[in-house]
Amino acid sequence: MTIKLMQGNEAIGMGAIAAGCRFYAGYPITPSTEVAEILSRELPKLGGKFIQMEDEIASMAAIIGARVGGLKSMTATSGPGFSLMQENLGYAAMAEIPCVIVNVQRLGPSTGQPTAASQGDVMQARWGTHGDHPMIALTPVTVRQSFDLTVKAFNLSEKFRTPVILLTDEIIGHMREPVKLPAFETIHPYEQVVADTPESYKAFRNEPGDVPPMAPFGRGYRYHITGLFHDEVGFPTQRLDEIDPWLERVNHKFDRHLDEIIMVESDFQEGAKTAIVTYGATARSARHALKIARQRGLKVSMLTLLTIWPFPETQVESLGDQVDRIIVPEMNLGQLALEVERMVGRRKVKRVNRANGEMVTPQMILDAIEG
Amino acid sequence: MSEHILTAHDLDVSEGQIPRENWFESSETLSKLRKSKKFPTIWCSGCGIGIVMGALIRAIDHLGIKNDEVALVAGIGCTARMPVYMDFNTLHTTHGRALAFATGLKIARPDMHVIAIMGDGDALAIGGNHFIHTARRNLDITAIVVNNAIYGMTGGQYSPTTPLDKRATTAPYGNIEPPFPVCELAIAAGATYVARSTVYHALELDKFLAEAIAKDGFSLVEAMSYCHTTYGRLNKFGKATDMMRSLKDNTITKTAYDKLPPEERASNTKFVRGMFCNIDRLPYTSQYDKVIARAQGGAQ
Repeated sequence: MTIKLMQGNEAIGMGAIAAGCRFYAGYPITPSTEVAEILSRELPKLGGKFIQMEDEIASMAAIIGARVGGLKSMTATSGPGFSLMQENLGYAAMAEIPCVIVNVQRLGPSTGQPTAASQGDVMQARWGTHGDHPMIALTPVTVRQSFDLTVKAFNLSEKFRTPVILLTDEIIGHMREPVKLPAFETIHPYEQVVADTPESYKAFRNEPGDVPPMAPFGRGYRYHITGLFHDEVGFPTQRLDEIDPWLERVNHKFDRHLDEIIMVESDFQEGAKTAIVTYGATARSARHALKIARQRGLKVSMLTLLTIWPFPETQVESLGDQVDRIIVPEMNLGQLALEVERMVGRRKVKRVNRANGEMVTPQMILDAIEG
Repeated sequence: MSEHILTAHDLDVSEGQIPRENWFESSETLSKLRKSKKFPTIWCSGCGIGIVMGALIRAIDHLGIKNDEVALVAGIGCTARMPVYMDFNTLHTTHGRALAFATGLKIARPDMHVIAIMGDGDALAIGGNHFIHTARRNLDITAIVVNNAIYGMTGGQYSPTTPLDKRATTAPYGNIEPPFPVCELAIAAGATYVARSTVYHALELDKFLAEAIAKDGFSLVEAMSYCHTTYGRLNKFGKATDMMRSLKDNTITKTAYDKLPPEERASNTKFVRGMFCNIDRLPYTSQYDKVIARAQGGAQ
């Protein structure tokens, strides 16, 4: 493919197409709307389907319904819409329906500032829906990564039968960069294989660490899907000997696959006693600050998180063993910093926060490095 | 699963002719129940919801639709527990959202018969927005609203179809909110087939459900039922059998209603049973096929 000037949101749309997404349901909301506009144009060209639903609750419901029908599905939204999606996001986690939810974060709370950037939904992405559940959230830093991580989001969602959140923000979503996308033929979407016959199929088989494949409706595998706690064939249950194995399997289904799910970029400097842990648009400021600091002869390491959920515990913990302090810049009042503090202790963490819709500047991070 | 189900299907179990393990194979209709699911149902004895389930199975059976081709989608509530007992593709979703899930499923699988099963609170309060928009878009989905005028599962709170002045646990001084006319709402929103019957008139329900499922477009069947354990108790309506009888006594067929002189029609307080709307309109998925054709360079 040729080099093209492309917006982050556009790259997400193209990534979805490349990953095999053939159904999109959404509700217009700034600053995510371009994703819907692009997919309303591109999906029918491929025989895919697009629908603009009556709200974000319905959008989230429709993508789950479409995936149950066999189409890979996605929705895109921003803060207020993401809040509305939480109940059905939990349903997807409970019923183990693969789907991708793009949240182009804007400044909150409430209506906040629709056109201003934020990283205020970090904790909502993890814990926004009620109850204990696994969750994956990916955070691109560039337009190209918006494409790549969208593809990755689909593949992870299929492989682990889980909703995956692409947690981007207004800056990356609306920023234009020259990108060269890979040829779509070189991308291999993950396809679930149902090996069982309808007679032996158990949609929610509780073998530890096992993710049973999901048979789409209408292909001979008649079974029950519910948001209630269920047994291995999907029937509601109140029996502890059926609930406990479910809890064990589903809440630990990523454990043996963290190498595949957790993506980080390390830029470590020998002898550095200061490090930056960063993600999303803020990583761009951090890169700039790092460059200037090193030009000034300071030794600084940097860890950029492309996966924030599940949190890269091992990577951050081992970084904490190497340095005396870790700077965590965020466009919020300190959310992922809580996780970093959990791994390395509060005394080592220096937070740099801005939650007024403006970017954390390189100077703010530089001041923290030098301070 | 009890013997009265078999006797209701004219099967002689009195002399043990049909062994218990073979009950499910003993008729086409019963074969659509799930062998693997434990019966009896969660519904209170005397509840009308099971009659709607029977009618739905008979309608599907009558149309000769294969079990694989049917998807039942439900929300939350007593009625929404219905799909789990039937041997189809069954999706039990979140409260109020059955039609939104069904919309995605129907678009993904236009060839399947998608049937949304809801109670009055599920379909018209929390799910009211999806109800009108699914009708407006004309998704080829059959919506069944079992209307018992109350939230049963949570213990008898007033719903959007509770009649004025009636009591509920959250309307201890009488309900002051006027009820939604379910069928009229569906017609106004764009439904192509709309009918109402009651759980007393089970055979009529069979017929309306079969017509609704066969209809190429959004269809609604309102099945009037009752909740004797909450609504009935709070309003002193007596036993399940008394409430069942009142469905007979307090309804009038559309044919009879249409023949009434205008002044009697104006003062009629009975619920009208019948088919109120049957129009042809291209369903959403067929409209979207045109979008695909345009996008792929076909006719503009």
